[in-house]
Amino acid sequence: MSKIQVSFKLNGKDVDVLVEPRDLLIHVLREQLQSTGSHIGCETSHCGACTVDIDGESIKSCTVLAVQAQGAELITVEGLAQNGELHPLQQAFMDEHGLQCGFCTPGMLVRGYRFLQENPDPSEDEIRYAMAGNLCRCTGYQNIIKSIQKAAVDMKTANATSAE
Amino acid sequence: MGKSESLKRQDELKGIGCARKRKEDPRFIQGKGLYVDDVKLPGMLAGAIVRSPYAHARITSINKEKALAMPGVHAVITAEDLKPLGLHWMPTLAGDSQAVLADEKVCFQEQEVAMVIADDRYIAADGVELVEVEYEMLTPVVNPQQAMDEDAPIIREDLVGKDEAGQGKRKHNNHIFTWEVGDKEATDRVFSDAEVTVREEILNPRVHPSPLETCGCVASFDKVKGEMTVYITSQAPHVVRTVVTLLSNIPENKVRVISPDIGGGFGNKVGIYPGYVVSMVASIVLGVPVKWIENRIENLSTTAFARDYHGIGELAADSQGRIKALRFSALADHGAFNSHAQPTKWPAGFFNICTGSYDIPVAYARVDGVYTNKAPGGVAYRCSFRVTEAVYLIERMIDVLAQKLNIDKAEIRRRNFIREDQFPYQSALGWEFDSGNYLPALEKVLEACDYEGLRREQAEKRANGELMGIGLATFTEIVGAGPSKNCDILGVGMFDSCEIRVHPTGSAIARMGTITQGQGHATTYAQIVATELGLPSEEIEVEEGDTDTAPYGLGTYGSRSTPVAGAATALAARSIRAKAQKIAAHLLEVSPDDLEWDVDRFQVKGNPEAVKTMKEIAWAAYNDVPEGMEMGLETVNYYDPPNFTFPFGIYLCVVDIDRKTGVTSIRRFYALDDCGTRINPMIIDGQIHGGLNEAFAVAMGQLISFDEQGNLQGNTFMDYFIPTFMETPHWETDYTVTPSPHHPIGAKGVAESPHVGGIPCFSNAIIDAFAHKGITHIDMPHTAYNVWKTIHSLGLDK
Repeated sequence: MSKIQVSFKLNGKDVDVLVEPRDLLIHVLREQLQSTGSHIGCETSHCGACTVDIDGESIKSCTVLAVQAQGAELITVEGLAQNGELHPLQQAFMDEHGLQCGFCTPGMLVRGYRFLQENPDPSEDEIRYAMAGNLCRCTGYQNIIKSIQKAAVDMKTANATSAE
Repeated sequence: MGKSESLKRQDELKGIGCARKRKEDPRFIQGKGLYVDDVKLPGMLAGAIVRSPYAHARITSINKEKALAMPGVHAVITAEDLKPLGLHWMPTLAGDSQAVLADEKVCFQEQEVAMVIADDRYIAADGVELVEVEYEMLTPVVNPQQAMDEDAPIIREDLVGKDEAGQGKRKHNNHIFTWEVGDKEATDRVFSDAEVTVREEILNPRVHPSPLETCGCVASFDKVKGEMTVYITSQAPHVVRTVVTLLSNIPENKVRVISPDIGGGFGNKVGIYPGYVVSMVASIVLGVPVKWIENRIENLSTTAFARDYHGIGELAADSQGRIKALRFSALADHGAFNSHAQPTKWPAGFFNICTGSYDIPVAYARVDGVYTNKAPGGVAYRCSFRVTEAVYLIERMIDVLAQKLNIDKAEIRRRNFIREDQFPYQSALGWEFDSGNYLPALEKVLEACDYEGLRREQAEKRANGELMGIGLATFTEIVGAGPSKNCDILGVGMFDSCEIRVHPTGSAIARMGTITQGQGHATTYAQIVATELGLPSEEIEVEEGDTDTAPYGLGTYGSRSTPVAGAATALAARSIRAKAQKIAAHLLEVSPDDLEWDVDRFQVKGNPEAVKTMKEIAWAAYNDVPEGMEMGLETVNYYDPPNFTFPFGIYLCVVDIDRKTGVTSIRRFYALDDCGTRINPMIIDGQIHGGLNEAFAVAMGQLISFDEQGNLQGNTFMDYFIPTFMETPHWETDYTVTPSPHHPIGAKGVAESPHVGGIPCFSNAIIDAFAHKGITHIDMPHTAYNVWKTIHSLGLDK
């Protein structure tokens, strides 16, 4: 099969990669770009372990072709920490025991990262609704909700401090 | 100096009892975990499996030509190719055999028929499409009752004429074993004379543990060194190594099994699956590493289902509700091969825990294992072996008895509990319960939830035609398999191990025979070492999963890590501390008996100034030890537990059911667990939340179902119920502490209790909502449709 060059930004860096038309984005990320943080759990876009951020939207990369990422800005779990500093959501997952086996965690974080920009002050119900596309088998979700709530508070405090 | 200073030092160790943050988290939150599908070796090829579309059929031909002609395909392996190696069949943990690749016939849908090895996963998948297999369909058997019919089709032709399939006598071509426990005659006598008896069907439908990461492996055979290295999603890497040696004749010192980070196990990753065996063969044949990773359909269809127990439960009691006897019989559907993952001598696992938390004088249980044309198994899905099935039986039956006698469901439990002064308690079915204190725990939960108030509210709602249910489960588990006198896997005793090495500057590494799958072992084992050795947990590494470096252990399942390997950890640490005491005595020029231990140091009795800290002793262990003593500060402990541990819990669930739609909302779920000594309360709570969620999944929606032709109805996450954030209720947790008297630190294991106790609690709540209408039984799963069917049959939706 003839290959196509696809160019996009991955976690702030320009990336060029040759792909087959049928290659799924998750496979290109994991197998060609060594970005193995995003995981494959179901192949039917139900579990959300493969969630990445594409141009400001949470997208399940197991049901997107790599060619569809042409020109896009992608953020994966590897891109959440900035300058060696964890994102407040990453820190909150640690503080509130928001993960166990860690397999769903990258997708949870990437989705939560976008959600907190969409809704910086969410209620528990809003979190449950907005995160429902990401499955977890270990935590029973409760501590993930607490993590997101904590990150929301921490981010607000940080914003208030930096605005002073 | 003094007590407060000691307490401060103790606090700084972050040892047992501390809710310290997890050591494993930094890599997971930054996408730096290493799961099996992240492993990429030079020259690695991908394997994909050709599977049967039929549940029961003869294979008349396999044509590989088109697949082999495809560029990028390196090999197509079938049973014919494995025969010369004697690997087309493999032994199961239960003494049966399982076809690695289908040998002339297929016995369940999606059974492994061939593996295509290709450059990458896409080409391998294309190759699978090009393998042409011709089948001649046979009549399938999907129902275990029908499997035992006189004229039922024979599923296992390889066993025709054999009266044993590895677990005792069998009496029919589709029969595997009969397992009996208890005193049948005495039980029957009590039943015939009893004031009251109740009888109910008890069904645990077929479900699947479905961890978010599927199973898989990367097999890499080094021809020059003759070494096989396998990365594998295994809950029991050491057992895998032994089995690989037994199967392949590669010496065990040349086999290295590495369980990397595991994306959830829940019992799915205990067994040894055909895909692993074929990948290893392919790597040997092709001389390059071969990766095989299941997709979700393969995971739900083939590897490790759970339950499928079809039983009848009976209780005999007096008119006051005091249970006099329990009787149970079940058909256990093990699918096409008896590859259930249980200790070898326990064909029905520890089902004989089914007398529960109650003082039942006499009991009898019988389980018959049968073959059907369904995927082989079954495993213990987040529970100790068959303990969910057993607890479901007793917790359902005591409710049925309460309804019959019109006794409150909490009160009937009070009347039957094993009393605190009866421990250690000998159960009628052969266990010695180590410790328990049920009544205060029950009262605590009833008070916390205002049980009386709930019952009053329920009465009012019933009067208004509304459906509200209150579920109780007051369960006891048996975990920590187990004493080698009664537990082994393929002859290897079910001990577990810990090796501790204290470095000169006072940090340490603990290597374990277990393997974490999210339980937080790197965090909690370090806490045990910290408390026992007086070294900060932050400076203790925990390593598991690599058979080249870890001491042999039986792995992590059946809540055995804390009861068995946790005990090994404490004892290894104590042995190091004993040596440290001698070194300290030498340094302080006193007798070891003159020293006493104080958190992180030895001090001379009566002279608190004369001390040696553990860090100082560690340094001395490498340069200044008493004459005749070996240098170094390390040891390994293989712990063979004297008994199991018996954690218990009291759960209460309140549900409201919509009369028009059958939709259930879980208003409240309150879980009190007693797992003995609590090592890390944060992790315990997390484990309980997760276990409750899996209980919710099983009780309310999970089902692996088949049509009459043996076609799986729903083997993706589209159909198979995994609760999302939306359905999942809020969990409330609570605890009491009744330490295990025989465990070095009194800990019992906790992660499976919520699954085991949660399932009957949900069912009891649903059925309680209809109890006033005379309903004593509704099968799981309690989907809205199933609940609506009950509503509709009672005319309550009018």
